[in-house]
Amino acid sequence: MVRKKTTVKAVNAVSFKIMPQETLGVVGESGCGKSTLARAVLGLYPPNSGEIHYQDQRIDRLSPQQMLPFRKKMQMIFQDPYASLNPRMTVNKILAEPVYFHNKSISAQAAKDKVAEVMRQVGVDPAWAGRYPHEFSGGQRQRISIARALMVDPEFVVADEPVSALDVSIQAQILNLMMEAQEKRGLTYMFITHDLSVVKHISTRVAVMYLGTICELAPTQTLYEQPTHPYTRALLSAIPELGVQKPKHLKLKGEVPTPINLPSGCVFHGRCIYANERCTVEIPRLIEQDSGAYVACHGVEEKRI
Amino acid sequence: MSHLLEVKDLEVNFALWSGELTAIDGISFSLDRGERLGIVGESGAGKSVTGFAIINLISRPGYISGGKILFEDQELNRLPEDEMRAIRGNRISMIFQDPMMTLNPVLTIATQMTETVLAHEDVSKAEAMDIALEKLKKVHIPSPEKRLQQYPHECSGGMRQRIVIAIALLTNPGLIIADEPTTALDVTIQAEIMDLLLELCESEKMGLILITHDLGVVSQITEKIVVMYAGKIVESGSTTSVVQNPQHPYTQGLIKALPGIIPPGSRLNQIPGMMPNLTEIPRGCAFHPRCTISDTICSTDVPALISKEQQGRLVACHMIK
Repeated sequence: MVRKKTTVKAVNAVSFKIMPQETLGVVGESGCGKSTLARAVLGLYPPNSGEIHYQDQRIDRLSPQQMLPFRKKMQMIFQDPYASLNPRMTVNKILAEPVYFHNKSISAQAAKDKVAEVMRQVGVDPAWAGRYPHEFSGGQRQRISIARALMVDPEFVVADEPVSALDVSIQAQILNLMMEAQEKRGLTYMFITHDLSVVKHISTRVAVMYLGTICELAPTQTLYEQPTHPYTRALLSAIPELGVQKPKHLKLKGEVPTPINLPSGCVFHGRCIYANERCTVEIPRLIEQDSGAYVACHGVEEKRI
Repeated sequence: MSHLLEVKDLEVNFALWSGELTAIDGISFSLDRGERLGIVGESGAGKSVTGFAIINLISRPGYISGGKILFEDQELNRLPEDEMRAIRGNRISMIFQDPMMTLNPVLTIATQMTETVLAHEDVSKAEAMDIALEKLKKVHIPSPEKRLQQYPHECSGGMRQRIVIAIALLTNPGLIIADEPTTALDVTIQAEIMDLLLELCESEKMGLILITHDLGVVSQITEKIVVMYAGKIVESGSTTSVVQNPQHPYTQGLIKALPGIIPPGSRLNQIPGMMPNLTEIPRGCAFHPRCTISDTICSTDVPALISKEQQGRLVACHMIK
C-alpha cells in the first residue's frame, strides 16, 4: 500500500506591503490561509516561492542565526492564552525568557525590572510575577502574552486572533491595550481575525483573504463603505448588526472548496454569481481601483460589477 | 392560554466539597408558542446551565435546588426520569455549539437520525427514514439521499450544524434550545444558519431559546431578550427596546464595548474587571464592583428585578429610577 501524498496550497501568490506604524488587518473565514500567512511572514513556515523583505532586507532565506536580530524586532501574539503560555513556568520566567534569549549579558536585576515595567504597562500587577498562568483569568493571560511580545521592544507585532477567545467586555480591554501600546511604542501590527467589526475598529488597511489569495486590499473606510469584490460584499453583508431585525445578507452558493484541489482561474468563481468563462480559466490579479482599493476580480476589471 | 414554557424562581446549586455554589440564583422568564427568546451574557453568567436545567440535564454535583419549570402545563423538574425522557429530545430539542461533538463520528447520518425517530415514535424503519429525509430537505441540504449514507466527517461545519438542526426537528418539537449554535461557524455560514432557524420557527410554530454571547446575533432573530450576569437576570424585555435603549449598566457596558458603534480607532468602552467567580460573588448587587454608577446600597442589598417605566422591561438595579 502506498499513501498518496497530497499538498495543501495554503497561501498562493500573495503580495502586500505593511507600512511602518500602521495596522494591516487580515480577514477571512476559517481555512483561508490567514494564520499560515502570518506565520510565513515571520519566517515560521518557509515559503515554497516568493520573497519576504523586512526594511529592505530579504529575510526568507536567512539561516536561523542570521534571523536572530529580526526575531527580536518581530513578535507574535497567539489566539488562545490558555495554550500559548507554558503552564509550568511562572509569569516571571515566561516574560524573562525572551529577554535573556536576545540579550545574554543582561543582569538578573535588570531583567526583573524589565518584567515589572512591562507587566505594569499591560495592566497586570508585578507582585503576581511569581504566579503560574492557571492562576489568571483569560483576559489576564492574554495581557501576559502581549507582555511577552513586548518584552524585547519589537517594532512589528503579528497578532493571530488575539481576542477571539475572550468575552466582549474583556475583548474591549485587550483591544484598548493594543491600541495604547501601538501609540506609545510606535508599533506596526498585522492583525489576523475573522471578526469583521474588530478589524474595522483597529485597522488602517484591510486585506480580505479567500482560499489562500487576497481578493481585496483597501483602506479600512473604503473597504467597509464600498466593498468591491463579490466575496467582500457577501462577507460584509453577513455581519450581524445590532438592532437590525431579519438579516438581509447576500447568499453565496456552495461552500468553500478544499485547498487541496484548488479551483482553476479565480478561486472564488464556483460561488460567485458574476462568474463567466474567463473567471474559470484565468487567475485575476490585484488591480488598483479609483477608490484606492486593490481588487482581484475580472468582473470589476471589465466593469461588469 | 398558558405559556409554552414558564421558568419560575429557578435555582441551580452545585454541591462541592468546599461548599454549595449557586450557579443560577432565582431566575424567572416565560415563552409563548412560536416565540423566540435570547439569553445573553458572558461566560460564567449561567446561560448554558439555564438551558440544561430546562431539560433536566444538570449532572451531579449540580442539582435544581428551587423553583419550577412548567412546559405545556407539566412541571418538568418533578417528572420521573422515564416521563422526562418522553419530553427531552421529543417535545424539547437542544442544539449545541460544536456539531462535531454532537454527532457520533462512527455512525452514518441515517443511523443517527432514525435512532431518534424510533426512540420516540411508533414507526417502522422505512417510515423513520422517510421522516429523516423530509427533515433534511427542510434544512435545505442538497442531495439529502446521498447525505444520509455519509458519516459526519464527510460534511462541512455548516452542513453538520444543519444536520443537527434536522435531528432536532425530527419529532416536531414545541421548543428548541440552541446553545451558541453558530459560535464555531464562520460569519457567512452563521448568517445562513440564523436564517434557517428563523424560517423554521415561523413555519413550524416552534418556540426558540437562543443562548449566545453575541448581541448582534440575538438582536437579529429574537423577540425577547434576557441578560444574565453571575447567575441572575439583570435586565429583560423586548429585544429591540433592550438593544436600542439598555437600562442596566451591565447591558449598557456590553453594548458599548462592541466595536463598530463608535468611530474606528477610538478607545472602546470597557467594563473594568471581570465576571466574578461563582465562589466569590460580591455581596449586594453582583455587578457593583465593576459598575460606574454604584452607591453604598449596591454593596449591601440585592436589587430586585422590577418593572421600570418602560412597558415590559424589567431591570435589577438600585440606581435606576
